[in-house]
Amino acid sequence: MAQDFSRRGFMLKGILGGASVTLGLPILDAMLNENGTAFAATLGGAPLPVRFGTWFWGCGMIPARFEPKSDGANYDLPPQLAPIEPVRQHVSVLTGFDVMLDGKGNLPHISGNTAARTGAPADTWQAIEGPTFDMLIADQIGGGSYFRSLELSADGNPRTSHSFRNGSSMNATIPSAAELYQRIFGPDFRDPNAASFTPDPKFIVRRSVLSGVSEQRAALLARVGSADRARLDQYFTSVREMEGKLALQLQKPPPAEACVRPDAPAPLRASADLTDFETRKANHKLMAELLAMALACNQTRAFNMNFSTAASDLRTAGDTTGYHQTTHEELIDRSVGYQRVVDSFAVRNMEAWAEFVAAMAAIREGDGSLLDNMLIVAHSDVSYAKNHDVAGIPVMLAGRAGGKVKPGLHVRGAGEPITRVGLTAQQLMGVPVDSWGTDAMRTNRPINEIIA
Amino acid sequence: MKGTFTMKTGRGIAILLAAAATVPLVLAGADRPSIAAVPASHADEASTVRRITEPQYRRAITDIFGADIKVVGRFEPDLRVDGLLAVGTSAVSITSGGLEQYETIARNIAEQVVAPDHRASLIGCTPAAADPAGSACAGQVFDRLGLRMLRRPLAPAERAALVATTLESARALGDFHAGLAAALTGLLTSPDFLFRIDRPGAPEQGRRMVDGWSKASRLSFFLWNAPPDEMLLAAAAKGELDRPEARARLVATMIASPRFADGVRAFFSDFLHLDDIDLLAKDARIYPAFSSAVAADAREQTLRTITDLLVDRQGDYRDLFTTRRIAMNRTLGPLYDVPVAERGWTFHQFPDGDPRAGLFTQISFLAQHSHPGRTSPTLRGKAIQEILLCETIPAPPANVNFAVVQDVDNPTLKTTRARLQAHLDDEECASCHKLTDPMGLALEKFDGAGQFRTTEHGEAIDTTGSFADTHFDGAAALGRLFQRNPQPIDCLVQSTWRYAMGRRLAAFDKPVVARLNADFAGTGYRMVDLIRAIALSPQFYEYEPASPPARMAGWPALATKGAM
Repeated sequence: MAQDFSRRGFMLKGILGGASVTLGLPILDAMLNENGTAFAATLGGAPLPVRFGTWFWGCGMIPARFEPKSDGANYDLPPQLAPIEPVRQHVSVLTGFDVMLDGKGNLPHISGNTAARTGAPADTWQAIEGPTFDMLIADQIGGGSYFRSLELSADGNPRTSHSFRNGSSMNATIPSAAELYQRIFGPDFRDPNAASFTPDPKFIVRRSVLSGVSEQRAALLARVGSADRARLDQYFTSVREMEGKLALQLQKPPPAEACVRPDAPAPLRASADLTDFETRKANHKLMAELLAMALACNQTRAFNMNFSTAASDLRTAGDTTGYHQTTHEELIDRSVGYQRVVDSFAVRNMEAWAEFVAAMAAIREGDGSLLDNMLIVAHSDVSYAKNHDVAGIPVMLAGRAGGKVKPGLHVRGAGEPITRVGLTAQQLMGVPVDSWGTDAMRTNRPINEIIA
Repeated sequence: MKGTFTMKTGRGIAILLAAAATVPLVLAGADRPSIAAVPASHADEASTVRRITEPQYRRAITDIFGADIKVVGRFEPDLRVDGLLAVGTSAVSITSGGLEQYETIARNIAEQVVAPDHRASLIGCTPAAADPAGSACAGQVFDRLGLRMLRRPLAPAERAALVATTLESARALGDFHAGLAAALTGLLTSPDFLFRIDRPGAPEQGRRMVDGWSKASRLSFFLWNAPPDEMLLAAAAKGELDRPEARARLVATMIASPRFADGVRAFFSDFLHLDDIDLLAKDARIYPAFSSAVAADAREQTLRTITDLLVDRQGDYRDLFTTRRIAMNRTLGPLYDVPVAERGWTFHQFPDGDPRAGLFTQISFLAQHSHPGRTSPTLRGKAIQEILLCETIPAPPANVNFAVVQDVDNPTLKTTRARLQAHLDDEECASCHKLTDPMGLALEKFDGAGQFRTTEHGEAIDTTGSFADTHFDGAAALGRLFQRNPQPIDCLVQSTWRYAMGRRLAAFDKPVVARLNADFAGTGYRMVDLIRAIALSPQFYEYEPASPPARMAGWPALATKGAM
């Protein structure tokens, strides 16, 4: 196995040659992603970076208690949407966008979210074909920051994720505020507003070591069958991405006006019951605030936040019956016409969502807020959980995407496919795609109402 | 529920979602990735690349560097495919988030290895006066570590690359040991460490075989759940693993080793999904006796009970369903209502006639397949069907009216059985609930934390049912029926084979699995003999078996345990 040291050798000479580090070519090389486009084109330039993220909650809503009656701006807030009142001007509500099952079975709490994320309902996440649309966007915009994307779950479980490269490659989530802090603001963090910048030779060495790993790629891929080759290739792509990240650490980061390294959060009590709604909300809020600062510090431009699992794992401590069970077993109270307990759970989901949006809006950036330079897509796995209904799965958008999006509207999908949401988000974030989805869910129509 | 190769296919994707009375909350994990199938394209060829699991990684570090070296960090989650994490190892890769974690973990390990307090024992040399850069020392280090870490000798170019990385990094960082740590990090992040990548070797009797080094790995990971030790590597170097009679001697030595129990524990931990206990949460107000310490000890209890029966006493696998001898400690004693005088682990013998007997009455099983605040006969029954019988339970229909069956305060339907019975009046529900509920209901005298009870809402609990056309009453009686039934045996044999091979069953596996089944019966169902028989099978060492493993109709194609 012949080894070529030229690339690594050259890099190291940069630092070995003298006190000052001038790393021309290799760093430029690292700034290029797989497509050959420059990573850091917008960072440090005039326009502020536009970020993208998703927010997921399980068990949907009760349509009559959630869907606004009026369309467009200044839409009314039915009881389950009441919590978003303080952030309504930032949030668009999309109702009536459907998953077309197209003859496939409705796999409860699977069909809806696989369809919304991948453009086709699947029986399991392992059966999905392509990447989820958040990954397509992260591939497009994520290269210029240390983390291509941050996956988070507020439930403490790293397996609670709706972001997949393919069926056997899930992006595991960071499941706690303490761990999120360590990843973002731990030893690898460089304050973009620091007065001086000195490249740390440790980053050069780390990158060089990974280059050595990358050099094994061709020989190894030649030895294995096609499925194994795809798996190993994914591994080597991950290695290359890490090399790129380390190269970024050698450049002086552009200043970020709102970036302030926060204090480390206190670790969660060992006995904390994260399935309890209030405990979950508190944990989620802490993570949302850290995420907002990570975005303000240009540590990532893409994220996925999971507030609860599909079919919601949430409950109230002390109750034998959790939220999801309640959606199926609670009788409709005929005096009011809906499930009272389910309704109260659904309201609390929206309290958490409002807190998330508020955390992004709280950070000043340029003439506006961090949120103004973001697009967030929030959605659930079902609409009316009692029946596992996947027609009219609730979707909300937040942020102006740097001026590309008109926020604060209610848009009706009128039975159009929910893939229009994924397509719109991809196009807004610069993914070169003119249609998206599979079979009956394929669409080439973005949601023009929300595009500025 | 017939023979070995006539498993029910059902609808293939076996995620019982909101099925029954008690299932819904678990749906919590409905989209957990540890569920089911990989795309068909991944199933159509025999993989030669398996990612090492977190326990295997940790074991490798301990074996090579000693228990002082701590492995700190979060690993990319393993993936359960066809009910086994071992099968998932040939489906997963490493994501960019995962690689970042592996690199961080690796740097931390490498820094500890070269730290002043470890370097004398773990590095063992320093740059000599004649070789101030330390080239010779680095070469010695990687000759030794490379073999252990990559489980084969380094190629000359690989050795040269590691030495060069060491020297270049040492110059950049101004410290020889920092340079060594950098190269070591590279080794720990390399594909040949993080994955087990088969290499072809010389054929045996017309069969394409993996090479001796890969054989050593297959044996070691299967029997010990650890990378090959120096004895095995030495045997591989001498070509002993290519000779069946020498292989048999090595297998005997390995089974006699205390490390064999680790391998058996690893299999049962995977087979019984005991890793899931880490995420088990119970409502502290409803089950105040339950805690995360109880959960961890409940898993340890089951594993100790199993190794006592199957390894130390070389027992009959079937007795696992009836054994009254159970590992016990002071944490678990109160939940079993058993006084424990000793500190640490001991063995407790339940008397004849006690409701506790066998695996189904252990907390690891009972609590894991329940909801946070109540039992779930459906989840328990489903776990028995899918894990221990290798059956597949289809998903429930989407639009089910659960109102009656799940109203726990229903004044007329006080027990879970009564509420579930309502399900059986609905034909669509009944088809699956007939498979899951009767066995789950047999365990209803154990609550959601696994504690014994006799009543629910003041009503006596009925634990009668029938299995394989035989009437029974209670968990212990169900265990006795399992002990006499062939299906749990068939399921164990094919699961052990899939675990050993790290892939799905394929058509060409049929003869070897049939033979293993027959041999297992012939040796009195001793687990040790089953494992030995697999380790001695030439098929165990085959490289990319001749015909591709097309999915066979009638086989359990996809998931076993669902996300609940």
